[in-house]
Amino acid sequence: MAKYKMHLLVCGGTGCTASQSHNIVENLHAELKAQNLQDDVQVILTGCFGFCEKGPIVKVMPDNTFYTEVKPEDAKEIIAEHIIKGRKVTRLLYTDPENKEHISDSKHMGFYKKQLRIALRNCGFIDPENIDEYVANDGYAAVAKVLTEMTAEQVIEEVKLSGLRGRGGGGFPTGIKWEIASKNHADQKYVVCNADEGDPGAFMDRSILEGDPHSVIEAMTINGFAIGATKGLIYIRAEYPLAIHRLQIAIGQAREYGLLGKNIFGSGFDFDIELRYGAGAFVCGEETALIHSMEGLRGEPTFKPPFPAQSGYLGKPTNVNNVETYANIPIIILKGANWFNKIGTEKSKGTKVFALAGQINNVGLIEVPMGITLREVIYEIGGGIKNGRKFKAVQTGGPSGGCLTEKHLDTPIDYDNLIAAGSMMGSGGMVVMDDTSCMVSIAKFYLEFTVEESCGKCTPCRVGNKRLQEILEKITKGNGTMDDLDALRNLAAVIKDTALCGLGQTSPNPVLSTLDNFWEEYVEHVKDKKCSAGVCKSLMRYVIDPEHCVGCTACARNCPVNAISGEKKMPHIINTELCIKCGACIERCKFNAISIK
Amino acid sequence: MTQIKSLADLKALKGSIQEKMDTRAKGNREGLVQVKVAMATCGIAAGAKQVFDYFLTECEKRHIDIVLTQTGCMGYCHAEPTIEVTVPGKEPIVFGYVDTKKADEIIEKYIKNGELVEGIIPVNYESVKEH
Amino acid sequence: MEFVNIIIDDKKIQAPKGSTILKAARSAGIGIPTLCYYELNGQNLENRPGGCRVCVVEVAGRKNLAPACATEVMEGMEIKTHSLRVVNARRTVVELLLSDHPASCLICSKSGNCELQSLAQKLGIRDIPFKGEQSIYKKDDSPAIIREMNKCIMCRRCETVCNKLQTVGALSAVNRGFMAVVAPAFEQDLVHSPCTMCGQCVQACPVGALSEVNQTRQVIHAINNPAKTVVVQTAPAVRVALGEEFGEEPGTIVTGKMAAALRRIGFDYVFDTDFAADLTIMEEGTELLGRISKFMAGDKSVRLPILTSCCPGWVNFFETNYPDMLDVPSTAKSPQQMFGAVAKNYWAEKIGVKREDMVVVSIMPCVAKKFECQREEFKENGNPDVDYSLTTRELAELIKQFNIDFNSLPEEDFDKPLGESTGAAVIFGATGGVIEAATRTAYEVFTGKTLDKVDFTALRGLEGVRSAEVDFNGTTIRIGIAHGLGNARKLLDMVRNGEADFHAIEVMACPGGCVGGAGQPFHHGNFSKVEKRFEAIYREDAGKPIRKSHENPYIKQLYDEFLGKPCGEKSHHLLHTHYFDKSKQIEVE
Repeated sequence: MAKYKMHLLVCGGTGCTASQSHNIVENLHAELKAQNLQDDVQVILTGCFGFCEKGPIVKVMPDNTFYTEVKPEDAKEIIAEHIIKGRKVTRLLYTDPENKEHISDSKHMGFYKKQLRIALRNCGFIDPENIDEYVANDGYAAVAKVLTEMTAEQVIEEVKLSGLRGRGGGGFPTGIKWEIASKNHADQKYVVCNADEGDPGAFMDRSILEGDPHSVIEAMTINGFAIGATKGLIYIRAEYPLAIHRLQIAIGQAREYGLLGKNIFGSGFDFDIELRYGAGAFVCGEETALIHSMEGLRGEPTFKPPFPAQSGYLGKPTNVNNVETYANIPIIILKGANWFNKIGTEKSKGTKVFALAGQINNVGLIEVPMGITLREVIYEIGGGIKNGRKFKAVQTGGPSGGCLTEKHLDTPIDYDNLIAAGSMMGSGGMVVMDDTSCMVSIAKFYLEFTVEESCGKCTPCRVGNKRLQEILEKITKGNGTMDDLDALRNLAAVIKDTALCGLGQTSPNPVLSTLDNFWEEYVEHVKDKKCSAGVCKSLMRYVIDPEHCVGCTACARNCPVNAISGEKKMPHIINTELCIKCGACIERCKFNAISIK
Repeated sequence: MTQIKSLADLKALKGSIQEKMDTRAKGNREGLVQVKVAMATCGIAAGAKQVFDYFLTECEKRHIDIVLTQTGCMGYCHAEPTIEVTVPGKEPIVFGYVDTKKADEIIEKYIKNGELVEGIIPVNYESVKEH
Repeated sequence: MEFVNIIIDDKKIQAPKGSTILKAARSAGIGIPTLCYYELNGQNLENRPGGCRVCVVEVAGRKNLAPACATEVMEGMEIKTHSLRVVNARRTVVELLLSDHPASCLICSKSGNCELQSLAQKLGIRDIPFKGEQSIYKKDDSPAIIREMNKCIMCRRCETVCNKLQTVGALSAVNRGFMAVVAPAFEQDLVHSPCTMCGQCVQACPVGALSEVNQTRQVIHAINNPAKTVVVQTAPAVRVALGEEFGEEPGTIVTGKMAAALRRIGFDYVFDTDFAADLTIMEEGTELLGRISKFMAGDKSVRLPILTSCCPGWVNFFETNYPDMLDVPSTAKSPQQMFGAVAKNYWAEKIGVKREDMVVVSIMPCVAKKFECQREEFKENGNPDVDYSLTTRELAELIKQFNIDFNSLPEEDFDKPLGESTGAAVIFGATGGVIEAATRTAYEVFTGKTLDKVDFTALRGLEGVRSAEVDFNGTTIRIGIAHGLGNARKLLDMVRNGEADFHAIEVMACPGGCVGGAGQPFHHGNFSKVEKRFEAIYREDAGKPIRKSHENPYIKQLYDEFLGKPCGEKSHHLLHTHYFDKSKQIEVE
């Protein structure tokens, strides 16, 4: 078998394939054969490099040379120059847009900085069930530094200076939260890790807990020291058994090493962590509801103030932070606030983890610096829209967020910009939609979720969201009126203005943002009784084209409700009154005579 | 397990573990091929456990000494199960869509002969440690 | 007190620091409508979930509207209570509530007394723009309380009252979102819950979701049945509250008009539960003295303190929560049941009516009495001592149904002999009253001396838990008093843990005692109404010629003619009861 000296990696991602990367592979093979190098150099198609904008990509290993915008006819030159003569093909190298220099090593290329893993730094690298691997990667060095070299005030100052804001969605400055909790004096305080991740399709926190549980334990210990709490609680949904399992192992190992328990690092500081399980109510991600749930009470929010920092778990000052927020803490302590606050935008520092999903090629868990644009995320990291379809919208912030459109693609992602655009950061769900998505149905989907997950405490959320959902249902059924659209907007505004907690206050966002950005689509549903995306079944009409119908009767025989009539060898007709739009006729028609109008 | 009582203890532990790990990673003769299987819930759901077991039993059967570990989510949800293979002296390579058939191919071609196989997922991020 | 300067509707106001916008506005004469908010002043009860969102106001600089009931005033705060934004939001919120509420006001028991109805009227709502699904729940009929949760608006008052004030824990919110509702655990019926039927939830409910079982129709049928002799008894607290249903000021004493009205309705004998209250004092007082004497003589088998047992909600409470202490309460039946027993065994015989042909109706400030009169141990061959127990509200309804112009009625007396009572009996209607009445009699029996002054003011008051010492001519008797079951629990826990050293404890389930009973006219959280009834009770007592139970001549006659002596064999059979361990009745179907 061949022992290859070099490898040529050709991007086989969707974008590059569309730009003939297969032909590049063919030509490279042919050229290698011509030069009799087929046993020394291997050509291989890979997955997407995530740099579709400059594709197709060819990477030469082991020297890491990265060629961009390669055409099939460049194969000859790459073999002749690079492989045989060892000279780089300069014109195919990436040009740095700033200093116009050619860069050959991908590691120095800007686009690799599109994704920066801070919170996910150990995920996929270390064995989460082995504390030694965490320690070998600077694990527990931050808490060691805090306990042996820093005061609580210095820790809080460092976190404040870093500019870190809550990653659970609200975006409240973490350092200020800690400061408030530290200033409220009590015989007992608590730190709570909110691991009640609940946005549909979001799994950022689960991935961190499954991949790097010690980082959260270490951060909570730091948090405990900073605010003067000796007890930590992790509120985690019972539906995350693997995360729970790995947390239990991690807590056990940390205790064995003395990294949890009494007198940690000989500093005199005691700290330990317990797990509390949630039953999966979405609203329990709201911190007051979460605390009630931990206390054994009904998981529903109460008004603030008092804030948990004043009166939280069991009435004691409590600091609640989300998993991803915590995962950032140790590295901020180790590398310093001034390192962290150089990443991101003016008011949003660091990175954000997103669960990139929907009609996108590279569905995945990504971590990007604040300030990256939606376009970069969707087209470069995400590899663009599936099947080459047209981008329509991107939903961020889960059921509390909104749908952003083409015009928002170049908006830098940060807390404030997303809110200004009518959405929000949320915990990190990001769903990309193409032109097969009906925005009225999307709004309805999110409303259904909120209606299901509302705790039912306040009127606007309990009844108001239900009414919003019913109006949307009416519109998708083709019974909507223009008055309904006014009613939607007015009711949505009142719910936003009057609901008790963050869940209710943000629940109309999917409706408001789609009304703002896709008004025509609503009007189309209401006035033309039409759903261009072809999603709303009630608005579809199955029609047989008499030109194409040969009267084979296949459709009529397979119609489950006998809605199709017609004589043999004569064009058939669908009775739309009877038709249930199951699609059986279209499947059976061999003559493409049936279409949906 | 010994207790870590001071910063010095932690540094000592870190040093000794890193030394062990370096031995693995460096391309010296004792260095072993390291295989990491992404085993977060989604990876396991996609079949990562079977892939892990396959490497375990097959490498033993074929008398190939490897260091096999589980790890967390690598982020390539579109290509689960994913694994990372580090051959001593070479850059780590991530393979996606790994089933037992692909695992067999990876063992036979890449691990044994350094011949790449299809299914490579180029790493498209930078991790904070490289700063 | 520290004050902050705020502006409400362009009016400059100084409000106490820490007070809510609602309280600041109200004390400045600015009304902000509320719905879920419910407070019993001085009873340490506040339902303030901030859930209905009716009281929202605009606060300058704040992103969204603020609930006035739950937002504290801050220095410099500028508040608008009726800007267009506020008015529109408030209206929408009420429209939303109405959209999930049956529009059955015409036939609803709460019509005219419904806070949602009056709010909708106040806001001038003439149309419900939101059409959609309404939440439907199964109706729950218990012996005393009916739950029609289709009408529930999730104000959570009942839940707060049940858990915080009463610590009964029968009700809590269940389900989520649109189907969220307040119910016993697992949405079981009340009878399978720890419910004591105290009915404070009914008193608190702003709408018609919770109501008492209405038995006015059965009573009308009995009155119009010539074969039946219908006897009515009225509890002490009714006479100081009934007037409210006819526009009288709270605390107006309407005893004479009430007797007249009952006679107009057609009751054959208009008697008074107060008579039975005097009888209760004879029995319970004797039992108390007996226990104390034995205890002082060194009998270790005697359990002290003795607990009063007049209040059926309280009896249900200790049967469910303190099954280990069933031998502690007095075995004396409640006045309602003593009256029933005397009426059907003594009076029926005396006037030559067969027991089954006599119908005893009680008018009670209470919902739990409905449950009490249906207890098996208070029946003879299936025939109850008390057939129907009506609330004060139901009596008002009867009076209205009979087209009686209550306010212009003459003052009339109760019939004799079971209508004669003392001031000691009247004060049964207020917290501390039973134990004061008992003290008046026990003192004279124990010491053999006559009291100079019958008013034991140390026993009076509206504080939730009270204690006092009474000097029985050198012997100190320690007395504890609790009203509201949460307060009772505090005392009982102390007794159970050996931390309390009382000879006697009086407990009433409702705040203020029977004057604050669940069957009284709705006070809608205005506890000053209860306070005025409370004061009226003592006025009524002071105006009575006889103020000690043992001096009631007809009580003496009853013992002479029929019962023999207090705690004797006959009274043991007719006037005393026993208790059951109900802790296991709470079950999951």
